[in-house]
Amino acid sequence: MTQTAQALSLEEKRWRMVKATMRKNGYAPDALIETLHTVQNAYGYLDATTLRAIARDLHLPLSKVYGVATFYHAFTLKPEGKHRCILCQGTACYIKGSQAILQAVTGTYHVAPGETTEDGALSLLTARCLGSCSLAPAAILDEEVVGNLTPERTVAALEGLIKP
Amino acid sequence: MIHLQGLTPDDLPRIAEAENATSATFEHTIHVCVAAGCLSLHSDQVQRNLEHEVQERGLSHCRVKGVGCMGLCRAGPLVSVRPQGTLYQGVTPDDAPAIVESLDSAPVEHLVCPTDRPFFTRQTRIVLANSGEIDPERLEDALAVGGYQQLAYVLNDLTPAQVIDQIARSGLRGRGGAGYPTGLKWGTVAKASWPRKFVICNADEGDPGAFMDRSVLESDPHRVLEGMAIAGYAIGAEEAYIYIRAEYPLAIKRLQTAIRQAERAQLLGRNILGTSFSFHVHLRLGAGAYVCGEETALIASIEGKRGQPRSRPPYPAESGLWKAPTLINNVETFANIAPIIANGPEWFAGIGTERSKGTKVFALAGKIINTGLIEVPMGTSLRTIINDIGEGIAGGHRFKAVQTGGPGGGCIPAEYLDTPVDYESLTSMGSIMGSGGMIVMDEYSCMVDVARYFMEFSMSESCGKCVPCRVGTAEMYELLSRIVQGRARIDDLELLRELCEVVKQTSLCGLGQSAPNPTLSMIRYFKGEFLAHIVDHVCPARQCQFETVAPTVEQEVER
Repeated sequence: MTQTAQALSLEEKRWRMVKATMRKNGYAPDALIETLHTVQNAYGYLDATTLRAIARDLHLPLSKVYGVATFYHAFTLKPEGKHRCILCQGTACYIKGSQAILQAVTGTYHVAPGETTEDGALSLLTARCLGSCSLAPAAILDEEVVGNLTPERTVAALEGLIKP
Repeated sequence: MIHLQGLTPDDLPRIAEAENATSATFEHTIHVCVAAGCLSLHSDQVQRNLEHEVQERGLSHCRVKGVGCMGLCRAGPLVSVRPQGTLYQGVTPDDAPAIVESLDSAPVEHLVCPTDRPFFTRQTRIVLANSGEIDPERLEDALAVGGYQQLAYVLNDLTPAQVIDQIARSGLRGRGGAGYPTGLKWGTVAKASWPRKFVICNADEGDPGAFMDRSVLESDPHRVLEGMAIAGYAIGAEEAYIYIRAEYPLAIKRLQTAIRQAERAQLLGRNILGTSFSFHVHLRLGAGAYVCGEETALIASIEGKRGQPRSRPPYPAESGLWKAPTLINNVETFANIAPIIANGPEWFAGIGTERSKGTKVFALAGKIINTGLIEVPMGTSLRTIINDIGEGIAGGHRFKAVQTGGPGGGCIPAEYLDTPVDYESLTSMGSIMGSGGMIVMDEYSCMVDVARYFMEFSMSESCGKCVPCRVGTAEMYELLSRIVQGRARIDDLELLRELCEVVKQTSLCGLGQSAPNPTLSMIRYFKGEFLAHIVDHVCPARQCQFETVAPTVEQEVER
């Protein structure tokens, strides 16, 4: 990391990325979704302060910004855990037993889909379809797509992720 | 070496020739599939090891190339050795030395995947012609197989009206699901007089179990861009958007690369190939809303709003993106354009059935042996697709039904396996063509539970704008849950069917109008299973667990 990058606070760096997206789109109101994508990627979630700042810069009422932020599944309003597990619930995965995997994960970690464990170690999410149907049942653990899962293998893989 | 900058029409065949001449100097080319399916099985490591091995041995007559999807996703990672045509399956990074070692001798036996089987021999590949053949991240590879030559031809030799006429005569219909004639749609947008128009490529492939568009974009992005540019010329649009799911990071990355390459080579952007035609393509990422596959919702989403549909008319062809006339086609539709221009509309119209022309790409998934991506002529029977190409049901089980068309489609049972796959036949069976997902189920799939699964999907994905869909899907879901849990009464089935009809007829957009389809088709073909759940509290597929509650007095009396 360079000296200048270090000198900037994390907060400043993130906000610069968000600003850059809005600038690239000429601060047009239709850049809202693109901007929210940047926030989601940079912060891991959409926080209230940033949403207000975006509403101001794109000349949109906060209600519009909040409406869009809550309409789309890709955006979350709460911070995510250290690790992320996305279980695919697409049709191919469903008929190959993704329900049992979901139950095993919720049971083992006491976490509902869309929630994060109390210790902040794991966020559990579900996906409509990852498009990896040939690997059904499939999941994404952090960034890696894993397939041909069973409840046991999934929990074992998560254990490996959380407690290396 | 020709620099791929500021090309003219004459450069295209020259580059193709030079590129093919270079390829011919290699005695062996090893293709490694680097589409998402094989990549998640670490084919990138396989590719690195093969490259390392070739380099170590100083084999200058041999090269390794990352290519798009070869189709048989079940057997990944796939590696193909050219020109011999040996196909290797389930290749691990450790297999690299053996594969390179065997290049000049007999193939590595335990890895060989026979290619003389129906999965390969019964397909007709038009859309997927270059998938598995070219490196999707190299423009030279696309040009070597004739990429952008049809765009050059169209720009210099055809009028927009002639282009539309060719597409209309080919009989091509929209591959997104509804099957609207493409030529007719192009003609309508072309006629609209408005200062600016737009082309939109719908790559918001939301149906669970469908991955055709993802694969096309990952394997041959330039083909889609060429089709879009030809459409732009035909209808008089200079701006285009590709609306793609954020869940497809690899396809997004390859599209970004392809757009950048094409712009630099003057195949997109200002004054394409030195002509007066300009065409700018922008990417817009979806944010995980199924309803955005509906065209008016998709337009709202590109405009930065919530993805809620509006009533039609006016159709986007008259008033679409920012109220300008807008052409929306699906990925696969655009991928068909260049081959139609190249081979002529009569050639295309000669493939398929009377009303459904050309081929269709399907994603095979579920309890079938050969999961993967296939392309067959329209009119191919379900039996051929499932039993021959798909090689039947996994684990020696019995075929029960195939689900087509996703949450807006239906199930087709075993007795109709000889149905030809085309738009009309599938609709008459209570299903739809949809975008091309085919999910095969065996006797262990409970149809009531699957119906509930799809209703849960539609219920959660309903945007909430119109009442029939917002409330209706929730009520239908509740009824189906009652049946699955053994809490239903016999007249609930009639109520469910009635509700299906109401929601179908009164919803604002395609999502609500088609949400009852899976349930209706299940009741139509598997009524016995519904009755078994309701009356006998038995799940014939042994999947549903019933709450052990004593029947109410009311239920007792009814029996």
